[in-house]
Amino acid sequence: MRQIAFYGKGGIGKSTTSQNTLAQLATKFGQRIMIVGCDPKADSTRLILNTKAQQTVLHLAAELGSVEDLELEDVLQKGFGDIINVECGGPEPGVGCAGRGIITAINFLEQEGAYTDLDFVSYDVLGDVVCGGFAMPIRENKAQEIYIVCSGEMMAMYAANNIARGILKYATSGGVRLGGLICNSRNTDREDELIMELARRLNTQMIHFVPRDNVVQHAELRRMTVAQYNPEHQQAKEYEILAEKILNNKMLTIPTPITMEELEELLMEFGIIEDEEAAIKKLQASGQ
Amino acid sequence: MGLDIEANKKLVEEVLEAYPKKAKKDREKHYQINTEEAQTCGTCALKSNIKSRPGVMTPRGCSYAGSKGVVWGPIKDMVHISHGPIGCGQYSWGTRRNYASGTLGIDNFTAMQVTSDFQETDIVFGGDKKLEVIMREITEMFPLAKGISVQSECPVGLIGDDIEAVSKKMSKELEMPIVPVRCEGFRGVSQSLGHHIANDAIRDFVLGKADLAETGPYDVNIIGDYNIGGDAWASRILLEEMGLRVIAQWSGDGTLNELEIAHKAKLNLIHCHRSMNYMVEHMEKAYGIPWMEYNFFGPSKTYESLRAIAALFDETIQENCEKLIAKYKPQMDIIIDKFKPRLENKKVLLMIGGLRSRHTIGAYEDLGMEIVASGYEFAHKDDYEKMFPMLKEGAVIMDDPTAYELEELAQKMNIDLVGSGIKEKYVYHKMGVPFRQMHSWDYSGPYHGFDGFKIFAKDMDMTVNSPVWNLMKKKEKVQKEEASI
Repeated sequence: MRQIAFYGKGGIGKSTTSQNTLAQLATKFGQRIMIVGCDPKADSTRLILNTKAQQTVLHLAAELGSVEDLELEDVLQKGFGDIINVECGGPEPGVGCAGRGIITAINFLEQEGAYTDLDFVSYDVLGDVVCGGFAMPIRENKAQEIYIVCSGEMMAMYAANNIARGILKYATSGGVRLGGLICNSRNTDREDELIMELARRLNTQMIHFVPRDNVVQHAELRRMTVAQYNPEHQQAKEYEILAEKILNNKMLTIPTPITMEELEELLMEFGIIEDEEAAIKKLQASGQ
Repeated sequence: MGLDIEANKKLVEEVLEAYPKKAKKDREKHYQINTEEAQTCGTCALKSNIKSRPGVMTPRGCSYAGSKGVVWGPIKDMVHISHGPIGCGQYSWGTRRNYASGTLGIDNFTAMQVTSDFQETDIVFGGDKKLEVIMREITEMFPLAKGISVQSECPVGLIGDDIEAVSKKMSKELEMPIVPVRCEGFRGVSQSLGHHIANDAIRDFVLGKADLAETGPYDVNIIGDYNIGGDAWASRILLEEMGLRVIAQWSGDGTLNELEIAHKAKLNLIHCHRSMNYMVEHMEKAYGIPWMEYNFFGPSKTYESLRAIAALFDETIQENCEKLIAKYKPQMDIIIDKFKPRLENKKVLLMIGGLRSRHTIGAYEDLGMEIVASGYEFAHKDDYEKMFPMLKEGAVIMDDPTAYELEELAQKMNIDLVGSGIKEKYVYHKMGVPFRQMHSWDYSGPYHGFDGFKIFAKDMDMTVNSPVWNLMKKKEKVQKEEASI
């Protein structure tokens, strides 16, 4: 069984990309998969279940009194491609401790033996690695391969680098490795080259470049993956390629995060941001 | 006359020798041998109120202990919620012996343990809603409770619960003062910050909120007497016999109303300076109430304090004071005559919180005993500055001493009596060294005032001269046996 996790900046398309990819992995390659949603919003499995998850581990635990009172069957739900789904759930924004919630929920799943007869367990984690709780999936005996979803936008790359730092921290103690960057295209300038270069500096690969296509949004509006909504579409093929690459991925590395300065230099090199001189020249040129 | 300065310096050095270099260098700063210069210069180089060294067994507690255990806990007609997981409330339950009159569960709640007993789901989803429920239940179960305080344990601060908002809302709903106290244990270096936080909560939520129908020229407050074994009662009667009126007792056997009306007093009398100086200073600034520190341990210090208090009032009070002293002095002399011969020249080592290590010196000296080493758990610089002049030259003065250091000192200095807390007690008993708990008076008390001294003298005699010590294996013998193994 392989345990993988998808990280990335908030809103970058982690859940969309992971669900679309995992749907391909399940239907085209016959893999038995479980998705563990680690976002308090509990929307990491919506496209597989065709609905928002009704029961989360933590809300059920709160209703019943404690996690110990929970039964595994209450929280596991089967969806498209026979993928098993579970959502950790968590508190409303602004109260309690969502990080602790993830730790509690994952411990519950492990103790109850949810991880049996599977080829893949996939964790979908919200935003940045803000505290120990959100790092839970990359700690010992959890996800061994991390895929960072990013784009050619500066903040997405910044977040990717930060996540690489989080992975590095646990790489020596827990054996977690970086599997690659997934570029979820935003149609920025020289995006593929840029992410390939970032990947090189982080000692990893750009495992796939997912082009932008509206069909993903169309499917999402219907609470579906492309695999279910329009399996013949070219975009479905793209996710299939990504799924195959993940299935056969042998390049699992310890990342080498870069400094903020290096990241800015990289962006300048690719003309995403300009240094002051260039900016002045440009201004002068436009003035003439 | 004094102790051997050089010999004690060497002794401390020897004790600290066991530490690694860095730890030794750090711990050295917490020791000073008293000299004539240190007695008179009014300042000290000794380091205090800083973080304990990781890895050592420090005697210190936490902020929650300082707030719930010391300052708020004794307020008897309020219910104090230990907000967080069960341990903090459960293991601090009933350990401080602050007596209170009234009927338990009716109008006195000091001996109860009320906790929100956090479970995993409370951490994840926050404990605010549960706190509201508890508050409603408290008013249902205890209709005579006058108010509620929320004593935060660590997790409450970590998950960012808004106990202030809950308190505000519920205070309105339940029509009673509800005081949120942010005394999470991880704050500060010892329980000392907890005292400060608790004082600030009194200032912000309670003080000045009620009026006193009639005030008089002799109205005083007792501040910083926690009524351990009845201390405050033994103190109060002396002030009252002198003609003063005690309008508030903070906080031993105290009530919410006494916290609210204290600003109406003419004078604040503070016993435990370390834990409540913040409040007397605030009342001085905000209400112009002068304050003075007094000491009711042992007759000498008690006479001195009574006269100093009387000097701040008119001749009637001063005459009453002299009459009072004249009345009790013969009784005290009898006690001294009885016990002094049995206790004279016994060597005492003290290590107590932030006050008694200096305040009890006089009481021991009245019995002819000699304080050869004294230290605080969590005192600040000003406490040490007051302690130096009270001790003889050559006395060892220590801050936040570790379990190891105390044990070594007690043995090397051939101590006859150790006065410290429950954590220390049984180690010394096993060593065959007489020991008294000076936090809780070892299930005895009161020790304040004239009534207190009678008990104090008897307790010290009973401990030091108990025949049980002769039945114990001597230290040398034990060591010899160990060596043969």
